Amino acid sequence: MADVLVTTDWVAQHAKDANVRIVEVDVDTTSYDQGHIPGAVGWNWTTELCDTLVRDIIPIKKLEELLGKSGVDNNTTIVLYGDNNNWFAAWAFWQLKMYGHKDVRIMDGGRKKWLAESRDLTTDKPSLAAKAYKANAPDVSLRAFLPDVQQASAQKKAALVDVRSPAEFTGEILAPPGLPETCQRGGHIPGAKSIPWGKNCNDDGTFKSLDELKKLYADQGIKGDAPIIAYCRIGERSSLTWFVLKHLLGFQNVKNYDGSWTEWGNLVGAPVEKP
Amino acid sequence: MRAEGYEKRRQPLGGWEIEIETYKVADTFYCTINNVDPGARFARAEGTTREEAEARALEKAEKYIKQTRRFSTQ
Repeated sequence: MADVLVTTDWVAQHAKDANVRIVEVDVDTTSYDQGHIPGAVGWNWTTELCDTLVRDIIPIKKLEELLGKSGVDNNTTIVLYGDNNNWFAAWAFWQLKMYGHKDVRIMDGGRKKWLAESRDLTTDKPSLAAKAYKANAPDVSLRAFLPDVQQASAQKKAALVDVRSPAEFTGEILAPPGLPETCQRGGHIPGAKSIPWGKNCNDDGTFKSLDELKKLYADQGIKGDAPIIAYCRIGERSSLTWFVLKHLLGFQNVKNYDGSWTEWGNLVGAPVEKP
Repeated sequence: MRAEGYEKRRQPLGGWEIEIETYKVADTFYCTINNVDPGARFARAEGTTREEAEARALEKAEKYIKQTRRFSTQ
């Protein structure tokens, strides 16, 4: 597998290396406090990995402060892991790549695999010396904005990959079962293909083999020879698919549309396709 | 400290398939409930026994999942 993935064994051996920082990012922001990998820092996606005033990714100054206080400098190897098969670990990965961090990796299988393997946990937060971090301006080639998606849909300029569940894609439901509805209309962006994020993963949370992943997308006509835009509901599931397409399969032109269905499905006059 | 007794199983709830994941860390049992598709956590609870944690989480999950509406796909 590509060098952006590390195993739980690798983390167990390297978690306390001076140049390695393990970071947990969960959907359930209470999970870190239940117990985490010894030495790991916890980041809260709802407050620390976004702009909390405007709907946007984390501002550059805030990112620099977060990384600095996490004991990360520009040469640190950051290893991300989290619950829900690394949904928000992938969200953090995407943002770190936008801001140009060189060595970011994901722990294959995430928190679920670490727990299932009954590996060491602690509730102690690491005591870290702050470091100086200088981020690059965000690389917006990794991000799709609404006009990019409108153009892609209308002019078939890029393959749109809807990674939500089939029931969300068809408009049968407006949000995953049990979660609050966050849009006014159900369905999908015209022309999008349904390739649910979960098809990237094995039952233990690890990613499928490269051959399996290549086939999964090739069967839908996605071979990396044309631009791709992935989207979901709020952009974190599609970060995981973006990670697979861009960093595991090595496709060049892949963007994450983090506005996703909570933007498109609330937009007055936006075309919607069903089923 | 380690997670002990990690178990997961699937069952229907309110017309949807859910996955119940339970484990113990130190003296506390943690239960998380995900929808199977798309695999999102939507309820969690703690307890002093596995049964207590699961019963509490399922109670929340049932309440939340009842709020999921189905729409026509036409």
